[in-house]
Amino acid sequence: MNKSLAKKRRTAKSTRGNFWELRLYIAGQTPNSIAAIANLKKICEDQLRGKYRIEVIDLLKKPQLAKGDQIVAIPTLVRRLPPPVKKIVGNLSKTERALVGLDLQPAR
Amino acid sequence: MLTPKPELLSFSQPAMPHAKLKISRTPLAKTATGIDGLDEVTGGGLPKGRTTLVCGSPGCGKTLLAMEFLVHGALQYGEPGVCMEFEEAPDKLTANVRSLGLDLRALEKRKKLLVDYVRVERNEIEETGEYNLEGLFIRLGHAVDAINAKRVVLDSIETLFAGLSDAAVLRAELRRLFRWLDDRNLTAIVTAERGNGTLTRHGLEEYIADCVILLDHRVNEQISTRRLRIVKYRGTAHGTDEYPYMIDDDGISVLPITSLALAHKAPTTRVSTGISGLDEILGGKGFFRGSSVLVSGTAGTGKSSVAARFANAACARGENCLYFAFEESPSQIIRNMRSVGIDLERWIQKGLLHFHAVRPTSTGLEGHLAGMQKLVKQLRPSVVVVDPITSIVSVSGIYGVKSMLTRLVDFLKVQQITAMFTNLTFGRTREERTEEGISSLMDTWIVLWDGERNGQRTRGLYVVKSRGMAHSREPRELLVRNKGVELGNVMTSDRSATTVAG
Repeated sequence: MNKSLAKKRRTAKSTRGNFWELRLYIAGQTPNSIAAIANLKKICEDQLRGKYRIEVIDLLKKPQLAKGDQIVAIPTLVRRLPPPVKKIVGNLSKTERALVGLDLQPAR
Repeated sequence: MLTPKPELLSFSQPAMPHAKLKISRTPLAKTATGIDGLDEVTGGGLPKGRTTLVCGSPGCGKTLLAMEFLVHGALQYGEPGVCMEFEEAPDKLTANVRSLGLDLRALEKRKKLLVDYVRVERNEIEETGEYNLEGLFIRLGHAVDAINAKRVVLDSIETLFAGLSDAAVLRAELRRLFRWLDDRNLTAIVTAERGNGTLTRHGLEEYIADCVILLDHRVNEQISTRRLRIVKYRGTAHGTDEYPYMIDDDGISVLPITSLALAHKAPTTRVSTGISGLDEILGGKGFFRGSSVLVSGTAGTGKSSVAARFANAACARGENCLYFAFEESPSQIIRNMRSVGIDLERWIQKGLLHFHAVRPTSTGLEGHLAGMQKLVKQLRPSVVVVDPITSIVSVSGIYGVKSMLTRLVDFLKVQQITAMFTNLTFGRTREERTEEGISSLMDTWIVLWDGERNGQRTRGLYVVKSRGMAHSREPRELLVRNKGVELGNVMTSDRSATTVAG
């Protein structure tokens, strides 16, 4: 099979042509938050192949930003693009749940 | 920073097997709520620097109570307040605050109040691993610091249980939250919904040890009744009774019994009854100022005329009279009294006589009580007429009637207001029975009757009792004519036999 075609197939369906903007809210460099950042990076690398941007917001430094996205739990990941907005809570260690929450069908 | 606990333990002889334990108690500091009656009922307010749980069914007024607590705190006690609002929409809170005559937006601008609307939508959230509620803490801390708040409301924190499914995390974080509030010495109210058979649906009462208040709202014979109960108040001897409360144009009012100690001063000055013959019967001088007078009789015996004479006399002395009319309209009363030579209109014009006419069925007994108390506090009359008390008593059924009446009579006595209550009784043989033992609450009891003598209608009056004075018990004829109301001669025992009862 044509290599480029196979690669296209492997790329997650929902990301074709889309750019993902993700915002991860943490509260200081706690072990859980560090784990969340690491897990998020892995998921993005595996699923989104560079078509993404991660913004990490530390609420200890900028508490006023918690209101806007209605952050109650830490860590919380907000998918801002592509719409609709999705919110998932936790350190993203449960990959399956994370993918469901982000509405990402896993690449094969 | 830990607040000092109320109980301090000290050993008088250390390291002895039978060392004596000395427990010294510092009184629990309290924060006034500013809510009418609640500070009396709690003996000073809510525990300072601690969290109070307010639970109740929907519509009982939890949010309003919490908002009043914040508003009074900010405006009267110099303590700005933060509300973390989990449930209500902004316009509901704005309406609540407006009902207190204030603008929420303006209060926020003045940094007296800060509201953070917290939304936790279950369907938005997928839980993907470990988490805690630090976001909530950060928002709360940020809000408290922004206006230097001393009071906090969490309304209603149970929404978190609906939004997040990990109960263990929630419980741990709630414990942490209440410790957080305690550590910062914030006086807080947390609201929760009443559970089925439990105080709250999710068992919040286990976390809050210091003070729990329950609001109850039930419908009794089509009339809604609201009751407040202090379920728990550590460190305070609190009444375990239910106190009626009202929600009206000025917010919440709790109705405590005003003088449980029966420590009224007993005035010795007298006021005229307005009927000279009656003054004579009562030791020659009339009623004691601040006493309670019951005028009972069957229909048409002249009770309202007696009441009108009493009001008239007060106004003639230049005193304020407040006349509660529960059966007839003021214009009807004025017209009727004019026909017996009493001009009430002139006192109204002079601003001495105030009528307040209300349909007895318009609200429950405590609604009437609260309304009357409010008017009395506003107008400060020296004399009050309740005509008739029977209408509002019969409206609420048996539930709590005696205690309501006690509160009313008590309240008026403490204000040193001379109060006259008319009471409709039924049937000749029962003319001296009163409902719910009303007569026992009264200092003076006058009975009116009518009958026939020699083919003519007659009316009579006699004084059953009058505490603290010598009085005649002879029945006198009551003459109600267009010249006025007077007492005639002593009546002989032409009257058919009646037994004094009730």
